Amino acid sequence: MARYQNMFTQVQLRGPLEAGPPLRNATFTRTGPGFYNYWMGKFGNAQIGPIYLGTLGMASLIFAFLSFEIIGLNMWASVGWNPVQFVRMLPWLALEPPGPEYGFSMFVPLNKGGWWLIAGFCMTTALILWFLRTYIRARALGMGTHVAWAFAAGIFLIITLGFIRPMLMGSWAEAVPFGIFPHLDWTAAFSIRYGNLFYNPFHCLSIVFLYGSTLLFAMHGATILAVGRYGGEREIEQITDRGTASERAALFWRWTMGFNATMESIHRWAWWFAVLTPLTGGIGILLTGTVVDNWYMWAVMHHYAPGYPGTGVIDPATLPGAPK
Amino acid sequence: MALLSFERKYRVRGGTLIGGDLFDFWVGPFYVGFFGVTTAITATLGTLLIIYAASLGPTWNPWLISIAPPDISYGLALAPLREGGFWQVITICAIGAFVSWALREVEICRKLGIGYHVPFAYGFAIFAYVSLEVIRPFLLGAWGFGFPYGIFSHLDWVSNTGYQYLHFHYNPAHMIAVSFFFVTGGALAFHGALVLSSVNPAPGEDVKSPEYEDGFFRDTIGYSVGTLGIHRLGLFLALSAGFWSAVCIIISGPLWTRGWPEWWSWWLNLPIWS
Repeated sequence: MARYQNMFTQVQLRGPLEAGPPLRNATFTRTGPGFYNYWMGKFGNAQIGPIYLGTLGMASLIFAFLSFEIIGLNMWASVGWNPVQFVRMLPWLALEPPGPEYGFSMFVPLNKGGWWLIAGFCMTTALILWFLRTYIRARALGMGTHVAWAFAAGIFLIITLGFIRPMLMGSWAEAVPFGIFPHLDWTAAFSIRYGNLFYNPFHCLSIVFLYGSTLLFAMHGATILAVGRYGGEREIEQITDRGTASERAALFWRWTMGFNATMESIHRWAWWFAVLTPLTGGIGILLTGTVVDNWYMWAVMHHYAPGYPGTGVIDPATLPGAPK
Repeated sequence: MALLSFERKYRVRGGTLIGGDLFDFWVGPFYVGFFGVTTAITATLGTLLIIYAASLGPTWNPWLISIAPPDISYGLALAPLREGGFWQVITICAIGAFVSWALREVEICRKLGIGYHVPFAYGFAIFAYVSLEVIRPFLLGAWGFGFPYGIFSHLDWVSNTGYQYLHFHYNPAHMIAVSFFFVTGGALAFHGALVLSSVNPAPGEDVKSPEYEDGFFRDTIGYSVGTLGIHRLGLFLALSAGFWSAVCIIISGPLWTRGWPEWWSWWLNLPIWS
């Protein structure tokens, strides 16, 4: 009964390390020859490295480091520079954005949210530099730029949460704090404040694409491993010159659910599902508070949530003496 | 009727787990088999029961139709059809259909001479469903703890169940599950993108080989997991997301009955600093 299911590599080859294809228009050379790691080789490629650092990569890492340090040092300062309490309280510590009294001003005292602005700027800069790096690394190899644009979709969601929506709302206080539990608190408070985000149709779409992405990767990963005995993981070869691995993979789904992708189209399904997760999520965030103040009330108005039964309590805001 | 140009030569007899040649045939593109018949029976019965139960309810609005489990007072007993019994029978039908579907996938794998990875993976989805509708209600002692069958009513259930534990994001297994969901989405984006960028290269370029895929990821992050490894990684990430989702709801109630933020006090009270 026990037989090889292709979950781990049984025989690893050792030869000269792969240097990588020639680079075009590169300022630097690749760093290091790379090395082998036996345990990595059990699961995927054994070779680690080389890496191409490059101007954009190093600039991105510097900004990421700055952002990381600003957040960490602010958190450490918040416990009076006590190293033990820093570790103990770390999951609860936060670097909060400016309060509502500062509106969308760029000039905020450092300890009133100014550090948050600087950390956010550094993080965004690091992400955009890394996006440019993925674009240029792909072009240096003569490849398409699909990875860069997929990454850009994620950056769009981050910038939406931390910049575009606060700008539309006219207040940095709307943005997400840095911190492990604090950003979770923000998420829960955001949902409650705007009447339960589950009633936001774009939140629904984003969840569908997130779960759909997981479902697709389980289906795709499992299918390729199942046809691994026919060389199914050589996907580019199967795309350009279909073999029995591709045929069996397609027929499995055709016979199971009456429909199948092709070896190329499954990667288009994958790309779109994954990319639409942050895109639809970002749209849902942009609409919240700017266009719709309470998603539950909005859902009642559009007939997809049941109204509450009357409670008999009079809303004091409707009484004659209430402040207008 | 084989439709794909290469399909005819793959449509061979055999590989069934049960029933021999009895249901060993196709209907259009669908393979039938013994478990195709049981899938059809359970799925049809379940769907008709949903429609019938909906017809007894207050609305035909598809967003609002909801078929609720029995009241908590019924415990683990059977309930009258209109008071949760429909939910119970529909749940049995659903589990029957899901398990039949998985076994039908096994038969198709055997017919095609491929590994059982897909039905194995599908088993995790079934496990997550059974966790919500059977295991946790059973451990809590009432079918009423299952979620109702309705588009927005099941979202209300998620909301209400989450707030019963004050703040569900503090559930450590939920944290792990969400992290796996996000990482799976990122990995899927990068895998899809990498293959597309190789077979749809820059204008005027030849299609690129896996050496270029490895080269791109090594240049960018210093490691490429490789063409085989990415599918192992993707399967692992996706199944982990489903597995930890099941864990995070099973432990809510049966293991921990208070607010999840409070659970973390063990960390604050570790002897090394308290």
